Amino acid sequence: MSILVIAEHDNSSLDQATLNVVAAAKAAGSDIDVLVAGENCGAVGEEAAKIDGVNKVLVADNAAYGHFLAENVSALVAEVGKDYGHIFASAGTNGKDTMPRVAALLDVAQVSDIIRVESEDTFVRPIYAGNAIATVKSADSTKVITVRTTSFDPVAAEGGSASVENIDSAHDAGVSEFVSEDKAESDRPDLGSADIVISGGRGMQNGENFKILEQVADLLGAAVGASRAAVDAGFVPNDMQVGQTGKIVAPQLYIAVGISGAIQHLAGMGDSKVIVAINKDEEAPIFQVADYGLVADLFEAVPELESKLKEVV
Amino acid sequence: MKVLVAVKRVIDYNVKVRVKPDNTGVDLANVKMAMNPFCEIAVEEAVRLKEKGIASEIVVVSIGPKASQEQIRTALALGADRGIHVETDEEVQSLEAAKLLKGVVEKEEPKMVIMGKQSIDTDNNQTGQMLAALMGWGQGTFASEVAVDGEKVNVTREVDGGLMTVGLKLPAVVTTDLRLNEPRYASLPNIMKAKKKPLESVAPADLGVEVAPRLSTLKVEAPKQREAGVKVEDVAELVDKLKNEAKVI
Ligand SMILES: Cc1cc2nc3c(=O)[nH]c(=O)nc-3n(C[C@H](O)[C@H](O)[C@H](O)COP(=O)(O)OP(=O)(O)OC[C@H]3O[C@@H](n4cnc5c(N)ncnc54)[C@H](O)[C@@H]3O)c2cc1C
Ligand SMILES: Nc1ncnc2c1ncn2[C@@H]1O[C@H](COP(=O)(O)O)[C@@H](O)[C@H]1O
Repeated sequence: MSILVIAEHDNSSLDQATLNVVAAAKAAGSDIDVLVAGENCGAVGEEAAKIDGVNKVLVADNAAYGHFLAENVSALVAEVGKDYGHIFASAGTNGKDTMPRVAALLDVAQVSDIIRVESEDTFVRPIYAGNAIATVKSADSTKVITVRTTSFDPVAAEGGSASVENIDSAHDAGVSEFVSEDKAESDRPDLGSADIVISGGRGMQNGENFKILEQVADLLGAAVGASRAAVDAGFVPNDMQVGQTGKIVAPQLYIAVGISGAIQHLAGMGDSKVIVAINKDEEAPIFQVADYGLVADLFEAVPELESKLKEVV
Repeated sequence: MKVLVAVKRVIDYNVKVRVKPDNTGVDLANVKMAMNPFCEIAVEEAVRLKEKGIASEIVVVSIGPKASQEQIRTALALGADRGIHVETDEEVQSLEAAKLLKGVVEKEEPKMVIMGKQSIDTDNNQTGQMLAALMGWGQGTFASEVAVDGEKVNVTREVDGGLMTVGLKLPAVVTTDLRLNEPRYASLPNIMKAKKKPLESVAPADLGVEVAPRLSTLKVEAPKQREAGVKVEDVAELVDKLKNEAKVI
């Protein structure tokens, strides 16, 4: 049976996470269609048609989907997806919001945040903040899946030549409306896909001090993240939180600064290739997972790191 | 308005989880259990709505074994008025939980259901959205602010990239994120008083729901352990290792 992948996008361009989701879908089957739901999102459809290995792109362009409201998009996905064997989406906040509704409308279970596909009906996912890894088998005819994108290498964005079909099915549930949004614009790479991430914790003391991390980030082309404690204290915005209940990152290099290393934080960055910890407490649990640990006061170590890096990068 | 809050009994978030040697699950014997932290935030939000005069009654529901009544009592001590325990010893997956909650919602007819965004055991993040879909209601997931205005509620949501506010018709489902509020502790007198608050027990069959899991867990394994690496002496050594040993900069 074929697979439907829900495209992640902002109405003007395709989010790269879609390429990781297609990779996960490919591990479950070969006949892959992509659904682009949005408003004035034709360009996204064109882009999706070029993804390597995609058969057909379905574009649902309607004002009801413009802000990706789960009530509306889920009705569309359930209608379009009901005859597919699988529906795959990214485990970002849109996927988390919408896909459980799709599953409920189809009366099937959802498998959240998978990190591996074992077979067409068997998936691997972390539970208990990554302290256990479960292999689960689904008995449902349509399998509704969200994907931890950092666990799948993206397919090529180019090379495919899928057909593009418009579907004019408008689902406006009429129970919700978009009011406003407050999204941080940043020139730095996206936290979820950056090769290098530097994160600050409670040890940073305030938001102003995050500047020293940003300077290092700019030298390395890195994204900046944070622990829950730093977000709760208002140092930085919520979308920078890395962890069990925040963003999952798996960069080549993760630098944890003034972060103790609680399991909920480790759940979000434990798959990084190389981990560096800078902490003044040599007993901090973060050192148990760090490849390179530096016991030091961050207010001395980070500025020094910046000047040393200037010499080598 | 009446507010329903769903709370789940889970392993305490401070406990170091261990996988059972036979790989059938995690070891829950003699382990400290508690209310799911996101559900604590849900209870707190309901209590604040009551303190503001917006909520008139708070009904708290938990689905699970007999011992889940402890978490219902905790919610009653924090300010909920009445408890409903849906008793089952079976594993209840999110879709079944949502169906059971739908049964309770149809009986109680609340104006708002507040739930956690995620259980910290299964890490599913599904049940609230599923309940909303089954009811045909709007949902405000991952809420960091809830503002009720007559027959409407505005919910500010923590999303990738920042914040987004949606307006929902009531009744609606709200799921809580970490920044929504800071839950209070129950005082001793309130814990005593909670023992006298009404707590009704129902069976899944009373709600017309058959608990039948769709997902079977084939095995549960411990994650690959990361080895601790080395401590470096100073920043110069760190930069040298990153460049010449790990080759990541
Ligand atoms: C339901 C739930 C979900 C959660 N989800 C997440 C999540 O997604 N992400 C997350 O991160 N946490 C999460 N947490 C919180 C987690 O348990 C920890 O409380 C949090 O990660 C701690 O953040 P921290 O390491 O910045 O703060 P702390 O634990 O306070 O550590 C601060 C560290 O900074 C060091 N330090 C202080 N000053 C300096 C200095 N001058 N120089 C060098 N080092 C210094 C200290 O030695 C200390 O190790 C969650 C908790 C719960 C209950
Ligand atoms: N067994 C249960 N009893 C009561 N509420 C539940 C139960 N399971 C899930 N919930 C609610 O649904 C939320 C999200 O859970 P989940 O979808 O399992 O991550 C929890 O925070 C609870 O509010």
